[in-house]
Amino acid sequence: MTDMHQDAGRPGTDAGAADTIDAGTAEAFLSHDESLRHAPGPYFGSYGGRWMPESLIAALDELQDTFEKAKADPEFTAQVTELNRNYAGRPSLLTEAQRFAEHCGGVRVFLKREDLNHTGSHKINNVLGQALIAKRMGKTRVIAETGAGQHGVASATAAALLGLECVVYMGAEDTRRQALNVARMQLLGATVIPVTNGSQTLKDAINEALRDWVANVGTTHYLLGTAAGAHPFPSMVRYFHEVIGDEAREQILEQTGRLPDAVCACVGGGSNAIGMFHGFLDDREVALHGFEAGGDGVETGRHAATITLGRPGVLHGARSYLMQDEDGQTMESHSISAGLDYPGVGPEHAYLADIGRANYEPITDAEAMEAFKLLSRTEGIIPAIETAHALAGAMKVGRRLAADLGPGEQASDRIIVVNLSGRGDKDVATAAGYFDLLPDDSAEQEIAQEGEQL
Amino acid sequence: MTTHPTNTSTGGPSAAGGSKAAAAIEKARSEGRTALIGYLPAGFPDVRTTIDAGIAMARNGVDLIEIGIPYSDPVMDGHVIQEATVEALANGFTVPRIFDVVEGITRETDAAVLVMTYWNPVMRMGVRAFSERLAAAGGAGLITPDLIPDEASEWLAVSEELGLDRVFLVAPSTSPQRMQNTVDASKGFVYAVSVMGVTGARTSVGAAARAVVDAAHAAGADRVCVGLGVSSSAQVREIGVYADGVIVGTALVAALRDGGVDAVADLARELSTGTTKVPA
Repeated sequence: MTDMHQDAGRPGTDAGAADTIDAGTAEAFLSHDESLRHAPGPYFGSYGGRWMPESLIAALDELQDTFEKAKADPEFTAQVTELNRNYAGRPSLLTEAQRFAEHCGGVRVFLKREDLNHTGSHKINNVLGQALIAKRMGKTRVIAETGAGQHGVASATAAALLGLECVVYMGAEDTRRQALNVARMQLLGATVIPVTNGSQTLKDAINEALRDWVANVGTTHYLLGTAAGAHPFPSMVRYFHEVIGDEAREQILEQTGRLPDAVCACVGGGSNAIGMFHGFLDDREVALHGFEAGGDGVETGRHAATITLGRPGVLHGARSYLMQDEDGQTMESHSISAGLDYPGVGPEHAYLADIGRANYEPITDAEAMEAFKLLSRTEGIIPAIETAHALAGAMKVGRRLAADLGPGEQASDRIIVVNLSGRGDKDVATAAGYFDLLPDDSAEQEIAQEGEQL
Repeated sequence: MTTHPTNTSTGGPSAAGGSKAAAAIEKARSEGRTALIGYLPAGFPDVRTTIDAGIAMARNGVDLIEIGIPYSDPVMDGHVIQEATVEALANGFTVPRIFDVVEGITRETDAAVLVMTYWNPVMRMGVRAFSERLAAAGGAGLITPDLIPDEASEWLAVSEELGLDRVFLVAPSTSPQRMQNTVDASKGFVYAVSVMGVTGARTSVGAAARAVVDAAHAAGADRVCVGLGVSSSAQVREIGVYADGVIVGTALVAALRDGGVDAVADLARELSTGTTKVPA
């Protein structure tokens, strides 16, 4: 943990100058053991809120109202459960990774298999829920942002299933690199709009989606893909992903008879991590570890380690940690993983970091790719490169646990649960290029050089 | 003009309350005119040009100058303004230079100068530090497109203390309750967004604009100015029937881009021909 976590002001206060921790909240958490589960927003400590144009506030109010009513409506929750079970394929498995565990100090490692969900990642949980909410609001059109294409594909999938028009905003550079994912979205009936504004990356795709939303808010729901943004998005996106942690907790108890020592997940915006962490938030003996993209190394400036090195600020509607320069301009992030390549992070993670309930560390591209290869070869599971950051983190956590055993304890007494948030099929070209597996004259070699993540 | 209920925050016509923006709008009103507000982004293409263009606007019928801080993520702006701000940043604009622009214009003219900014740059410098420097530069206050009163507690306190104007936005989607809260929190004038959308010239400003202005007046606002989509003197005249001021942005930015400071002066003069109030 760095001392950057001291840099948190209260809502509406000057974060740049007032380097004060939210001491009251941290103290309450530490001394009174109050529940951290189901935090409703709009604020998580001093984070979250609605830093948004007035034009969109009515839509956010409508969304919040619809969501609150839906949660209390047995018909809605039954619909979600039914889609999760018979469409997405839940519950996802919890798989013990015995051979991979040998590289984690010999502790026991369990993988929460979100990679086995329909569309290949945890993203489906959120898009099905939000698409149902859109229908309840009478909206006929959903818009979404996407970086590598995973959330875009998931959104297009949910829209096809529920008969909604779908428009996906994607950085122009990404549409070229991810041509096959663009085709996939189009096959699913979605329109993909390349975004040529600003830095032409994920954050600019979000900006453009927000501009669309302002102009079309009467018919359109913005299906945000991560647990960030203005209230109620952070708590709503978490709600639809809570199933990950709830299932994992029940499964680990069933398989081992006890709670894990540590839970690991990767963090970009932070939706898979918050869904996983939520199941264990009140189990104070379970350590929660989030792993951010360290890119080329946080000392190089080319990374996406928002909590590790960012400062509180506002972007896309929420106050949270933010990669920003001295002027408050958003900085460009860098990661081999497009899904973690975002200069912001969900506000609930910022809060969990400040109060010390969860720990956040960077994992470099090189560390992630080593874990990517290792899991593939020891378990026969090719993970998403995003997920490989959590696996590399689990290797570190496992070794620390093994180094810290009491007298008479064995490494195999320690248990780690890792959220295997997505499968790596989309990353084969990137990985093949990275590990130099492609013949020099192959078409794939050319694609890999352009950074394609299929 | 009908008379509206006097509101302490937005001030009655005779009680500008130290507000530079209110004084400028009331001066126009006393001359039988709709106040004309012109927007340009700072540092496009450079700081000197912004100052010159601001002065040119003030000398050609513009009552209030609105200077935008170029920002990396301008979600309320359309293409023309986005491109201008991207260029300003590429040309090396940094946030503290905004105070040079404000001072450069206020030193040469009597126009009220407001700064339009997304909130993160202010937060980064510190709300108090930013506000004190703005006041010292002679600035009137801030227009805040992504800051709603609900999140503005520190800005409300600091602006009150320093006598700076707080221009919040209201939109066609704004609920009656939020309209009341926003009008109460505003000082100087209330910015009525004419359409649901982002900045950019439009051939017509929707009927929604009048409803927003009427609702703001009914909630006690004495000065309500309409922005988004206005580009011609005909539109200024049309909006002046029901609003106290008209804000023009994209058209002036395009003029500066295509024809430099002279083109800004020409357009300002043309727009100002629409400000003479015609009976409703």
